[in-house]
Amino acid sequence: MKHFGTKMAALAISVGTTGPLLADDLPVRNCTWCHGTSAQGYYNAPRLAGQRVDYLVNQLQAFATHKRDEFLSTKYMWNAAAHLDPLILRNLAAYFSALPPEAAMDGDSELAAEGKIIFENGVPDENIAACQACHGPEAQGVREIPRLGGLSYSYLKRRLEQWSQGQDASGIPMPKVGQSLSPNQIAALASYLSFVRGESSEK
Amino acid sequence: MKAVRLRVALTAALAAFLPATGGHQVQAGAQDAHARAGGIEAKFEYCTTCHGPSAQGFRGFYAMPRLAGQQPQYIENQLRAFLERRRLNPVMANVAHGITPDMIPALAARMMTLNPPPVGGAPAGDAALGKEIFANGLPDQNVPACSACHGPDARGQREIPRLAGQLYWYMVSTLSIWSSERGQGGRQDISWIMRPTVANLTPKQVQALAEYVSALR
Repeated sequence: MKHFGTKMAALAISVGTTGPLLADDLPVRNCTWCHGTSAQGYYNAPRLAGQRVDYLVNQLQAFATHKRDEFLSTKYMWNAAAHLDPLILRNLAAYFSALPPEAAMDGDSELAAEGKIIFENGVPDENIAACQACHGPEAQGVREIPRLGGLSYSYLKRRLEQWSQGQDASGIPMPKVGQSLSPNQIAALASYLSFVRGESSEK
Repeated sequence: MKAVRLRVALTAALAAFLPATGGHQVQAGAQDAHARAGGIEAKFEYCTTCHGPSAQGFRGFYAMPRLAGQQPQYIENQLRAFLERRRLNPVMANVAHGITPDMIPALAARMMTLNPPPVGGAPAGDAALGKEIFANGLPDQNVPACSACHGPDARGQREIPRLAGQLYWYMVSTLSIWSSERGQGGRQDISWIMRPTVANLTPKQVQALAEYVSALR
């Protein structure tokens, strides 16, 4: 834990506006148990490292209020977020947001080129909007809009599929986006994004 | 995976060389999507993916303007401006290629029927200054009154846009980059008119104007 404490002290300086983050005050291990020890994501649980702080706060609140209701979130995150103190919630979000993200790079590289085209241009003839308009040209996200670059193929694919099936209907406009995409296009987007490395510190 | 590459290449080639309706039969396996994409209602849903469910505007990575209540002739002229590169916006240039000319009047009319409340959320600044500039201009700075063209209620007319209820962040960004984005076609483009005015406004005055009009209904 000594090494961890040093890390936290460095973090306390870097995120001074949200107050000092002390490892002892934060139940970080409750999160990393599933999301991976360095929060790079593991199996079904998405990467949290480098995610937008406002997005993490917003989503934790959405789990607690059951607004975000797709499968696996209902199973795990509803309980995990049920009793989070608001200050701890914010500090957890700031902590994970400040960790440097690594790209999962687990998509199909053959599909990445098509995914890039959809991400940047959409497919106007098929009424598919350009992802970058909201998520940014580097898939870096902004404010409550998540960073997508480098998330795992399976997570990105699953979320788009779930939206296309009507799950998490409150996540406007993503249900509409999911429904506009074909299975091949979903696989292409998820593949492309899994390879995108983005800058880490800019909020 | 050759087929995928070919499809990508085809898509790119089609986007570059064919009118929006020309490529429909070529892309094998996408007939369903094209059938869905054909109608005005489907195209309207496409617009509102980014511009908000009631076309109230949305602040994504880029600020996407309110289209609700917008002047139909302004919408039509801007869609043409994206295609003709009089207005430089890579995302909207693509979008405009996916909207056939015969769809535009119906889409624009649809937007005009919508009247959601303004998105709001502008940072509190000097809205009183914005109101003053909007109504009376800044004669010492060669800034005419916005109301002279955009109307005292900021609802615009013909090719001059409605500003009432427009997204604060869109107003700020569009006025900040005006001369590099708009009026690229020269003087015959109506957006050219705004160039000297925009150049004569300070950032603080732009923010004040944006705050004022963004709250108007």
